[in-house]
Amino acid sequence: MPIKSLGDPFAAKTDLRHGAACGCEGCRSDAAETVAADSEAMLERAIESAVVRSMFGHSDVSRRSFMGMVGGSTVAAALASVFPMDKAKAAILDTLGAPEKTDLTIGFVPITCATPIIMAQPMGFYEKYGLNAQVIKTAGWAVARDKSLNGEYDASHMLTPMPLAMTLGAGSVAEPYIMPAVENINGQAIVLSNEHLDKRDPAQWKGFTFGVPFEFSMHNFLLRYYVAEHGLDPDVDIQIRVVPPPEMVANLRAGNLDGYLSPDPFNQRAVWENIGFIHILTKEIWEGHPCCAFAAPLSFATELPNTYGALLKSIVDATQYASDPANRKEISAAIAPTNYLNQPVPVIEQVLTGRFADGLGNVQDVPDRIDFDPFPWHSMGVWILSQMKRWGYIEGDVDYRGVAEQVYLAADCRKIMEDLGYEAPAETYRSHTIMGKTFDPAAPEAYVESFAIRKA
Amino acid sequence: MTLTLNQRAAVLSVVLLLAGLLVWEVSIAAGGAGSAELTEYEKLTGGGAPKAGVPPPSQVIAKAWAELSDPFYDAGPNDKGIGIQIGYSIYRVLSGYLLAALVAIPLGFLIGMSPVAWRALNPFIQVLRPISPLAWMPLALFIIQDSEASAIFVIFICSIWPMLINTAFGVAGVRADWVNVARTHELGTLRTAFTVILPAAAPTIVTGMRISIGIAWLVIVAAEMLVGGTGIGYYVWNEWNNLDLTSVIFSILMIGVVGMALDAAFGVLQRAVAYAE
Repeated sequence: MPIKSLGDPFAAKTDLRHGAACGCEGCRSDAAETVAADSEAMLERAIESAVVRSMFGHSDVSRRSFMGMVGGSTVAAALASVFPMDKAKAAILDTLGAPEKTDLTIGFVPITCATPIIMAQPMGFYEKYGLNAQVIKTAGWAVARDKSLNGEYDASHMLTPMPLAMTLGAGSVAEPYIMPAVENINGQAIVLSNEHLDKRDPAQWKGFTFGVPFEFSMHNFLLRYYVAEHGLDPDVDIQIRVVPPPEMVANLRAGNLDGYLSPDPFNQRAVWENIGFIHILTKEIWEGHPCCAFAAPLSFATELPNTYGALLKSIVDATQYASDPANRKEISAAIAPTNYLNQPVPVIEQVLTGRFADGLGNVQDVPDRIDFDPFPWHSMGVWILSQMKRWGYIEGDVDYRGVAEQVYLAADCRKIMEDLGYEAPAETYRSHTIMGKTFDPAAPEAYVESFAIRKA
Repeated sequence: MTLTLNQRAAVLSVVLLLAGLLVWEVSIAAGGAGSAELTEYEKLTGGGAPKAGVPPPSQVIAKAWAELSDPFYDAGPNDKGIGIQIGYSIYRVLSGYLLAALVAIPLGFLIGMSPVAWRALNPFIQVLRPISPLAWMPLALFIIQDSEASAIFVIFICSIWPMLINTAFGVAGVRADWVNVARTHELGTLRTAFTVILPAAAPTIVTGMRISIGIAWLVIVAAEMLVGGTGIGYYVWNEWNNLDLTSVIFSILMIGVVGMALDAAFGVLQRAVAYAE
């Protein structure tokens, strides 16, 4: 029903500049159809149009680009939260932003960081927003990257530094990536082999071999940061190897690794198997650090804006659901089976509930050992870029803020969080404290220079 | 009653198998702790739960029974029955293998019949042949942009060389007398190729094919472990992910059985084309 004057105000394609008095070709030819339309629906449309137009003033271009960017259903939902629109109206609103493509493939690496992406399938979060998404287990980050680059995955679970690196073309072909939501914060640990029970001081780690899951990972950057703060040069004094998460435990048992900084459940699994102990949780290095993320190629968001909106909505919703400690046991049971993490339930439960055995004989209670918070702070992106610069992964002048803002779509995430009734931060930059040292996102270059141990 | 050689060998095989399983079972069963009341810490470290360790054969057999009694279940994209997984692997192996055969056998014929082509192509073959099939994987993923096609390509590239070389060798080694006889009968080149050279070289060609299918089956497991998704290699990786050695051992046995079946099929083919002089 292409009635220009009452076109769908939430669709990027329609043009609201035409009015009832408009005599242009398009409007006149549509006039006949106007009569046939359901009067009630038309009334609803008219109200919506008025509301939307009042919101964007006369700038239809900015409205269109906004709808295209965020997805009409998102905005519709946002309006619904502001204006008292009744339930019949809500049903219509739902059909407005119908996803262009409902069958989606989303890749994940089987670790607890992917919890929201995984649980969204068995717990029906994708369905809730009209999507039929399959989550596909992936053998490692390099494969996840390649499958994402070649279009086998519509969207993918990634490590927060990966979309930055991929956008910059560090370690892969340059392809613009977006990361509209973080999955989890905290949720990693440094695990040492039981042979090193007496070596709790990092100064004794010279010559150790550590595993990290991927070069462009928080694991790598946090491990480097941690040992460097203790006076070790991660490129000289220890060896850091890239080991896919599932292989960490086997390598630790074989003595191939002295320790690792890996995603869970493999930290807890080492304790469960009596092979290693948890030396330190990464939350003690940087409270609230980002870890894994939900990412997609930029083309996915531009070509399928409604699908992108619905998908982001399900992810943010699932992430928020996971952040409530009361739901963690239920989630553990949902994601432990073979189809998802393929791990013993008690191991997953210890990770998610934060009541865990540390391998040193204590039962610890750290409810936010892993937590879930979707907001992609630009300052976190800047920190990651500063570490990539510090360790020589990127060279030359880095447009820290530019890249972080291009990749970490905080505005989309905030919009969706607010739509869903969650509180979103007003700022996208803040300072972070990492091992007692303050990081000011306004001066990343000075921050890089401030470290005694660095490559560049 | 005297047993034939075959019967005696079979009995010895069974005895060896049982003895091996017994030793295995006994050596594992030794470590079994009593189940006293567990503290919370012990529970959290899996005090009562089975550890990832080498399982006794009884467990493997139980696992095999459970898996084989429902080999075609499908519980989502990441959890399929062993039958489906093996099916995917065989499909990939055969696709890559048939493509390789389509290229290798005609090309091998050409090389075998023409000394010039042999010398010209030999350097390329010698350089490409020793490259590990998996080394092609990253390149294939990058260029083909499809993990399924990449896996098939890897099978293709690893099965092509034994077939190519054996075909060329077999064709070149056909007795000159026979070719000369064909020539005196004024047979055309094509006719000579099909009626004289092909039957004479067939045993060597099939030997090459048999070597190839063995290599292809070896490679698919590694390729699937790398790419994931489906297949017996993915199954092994997924169970390793869970440090579930019982399943890993079970799948290793399955890989062996399927490999044996493939090899046996070519053994039959080989006997069919063999001739006595």
